[in-house]
Amino acid sequence: MEQRGFSAGLKAGVSIAIGYFPVALTFGLLAKTTGLSLVEATAMSIFVFAGAAQYISLSLITAGVAPAVIILNTFIVNIRHFLMTASLNEKMQPDARWKKALYAFGITDESFSVLAIQKEDNLRTTFAAGVIAISYGSWVVFTALGHLIGANLPEFLQAAMSIALYAMFVGLLVPSMRGNRKVVSLAVIAALLNSFFFFTGWLSTGWAILVSTLASAIIIELIASKGGRS
Amino acid sequence: MGSWIWWTILGMAIVTYIPRAIPLTFLEGRELPPSIQNILRNIPFAVLGALIFPAIFFIQDNIWFGVIGAAAAFGIALLGANVMIVVLGSIAVLAVYSLFL
Repeated sequence: MEQRGFSAGLKAGVSIAIGYFPVALTFGLLAKTTGLSLVEATAMSIFVFAGAAQYISLSLITAGVAPAVIILNTFIVNIRHFLMTASLNEKMQPDARWKKALYAFGITDESFSVLAIQKEDNLRTTFAAGVIAISYGSWVVFTALGHLIGANLPEFLQAAMSIALYAMFVGLLVPSMRGNRKVVSLAVIAALLNSFFFFTGWLSTGWAILVSTLASAIIIELIASKGGRS
Repeated sequence: MGSWIWWTILGMAIVTYIPRAIPLTFLEGRELPPSIQNILRNIPFAVLGALIFPAIFFIQDNIWFGVIGAAAAFGIALLGANVMIVVLGSIAVLAVYSLFL
């Protein structure tokens, strides 16, 4: 089969770009009200490219928190990407380290999900580049636009579009769940654990996602290997 | 903002890049034990479960947005629609809902 390249990647990433649109627009707007200039806000999206961490940094800046604490907090929120890129490494074609170091920059919850859920193994580097290019483009452009126009979408649209990224996750997960008890169990166990951490407040969001994902993946592997099934 | 904001952005950029880059470059060309490989292959489905729940219910202060949005997304996805249709369809359902509020 002809392996899919850059343009197929762009196409696979369109739903991410749509989902980032309201989130980035709001980030640009919030950054402006926090006191960041257009250049500073856009630079943060260009160099950091991590939605949750960028949002949190704004509230910490407003609270007058020291930069070192903001940076430490960013690291903690993004530690979960260790797990995602380790998993993604099994999925990608072997390639030169510098190329992998380059596209590693573009791995977010969303681009990871889209890449990891693809049916074929040995995904091409160019396919990943396509997914990342359209996601990153959307994130950066709409951050700047949100700051520039200094206003949000009409309220009903803003509210409706806030489902976009979650709907994408659902749209990626459900086809794999069909007739596959293992996939269903993996998702359900992780969802239950993460909800437990959320409602008890035992772990912050970044840690909660990391721990519940890892725990679910290990539990299911233990069950599968004991039962002799895969 | 002073120059500190640029140091903050630089620091955030570095600590965000580290967990993205180390596994992808360090593990290149390395064969992991089969049990670790299996666990890593389980990660995507587990991660999706954790990314969706419970956050999908709290997209707005009004919890009904999350509940209806989640029902719409799962409903459309179970019909066999592709990701793009699930995304646009869920947005459309919530847009209609919010017009009736």
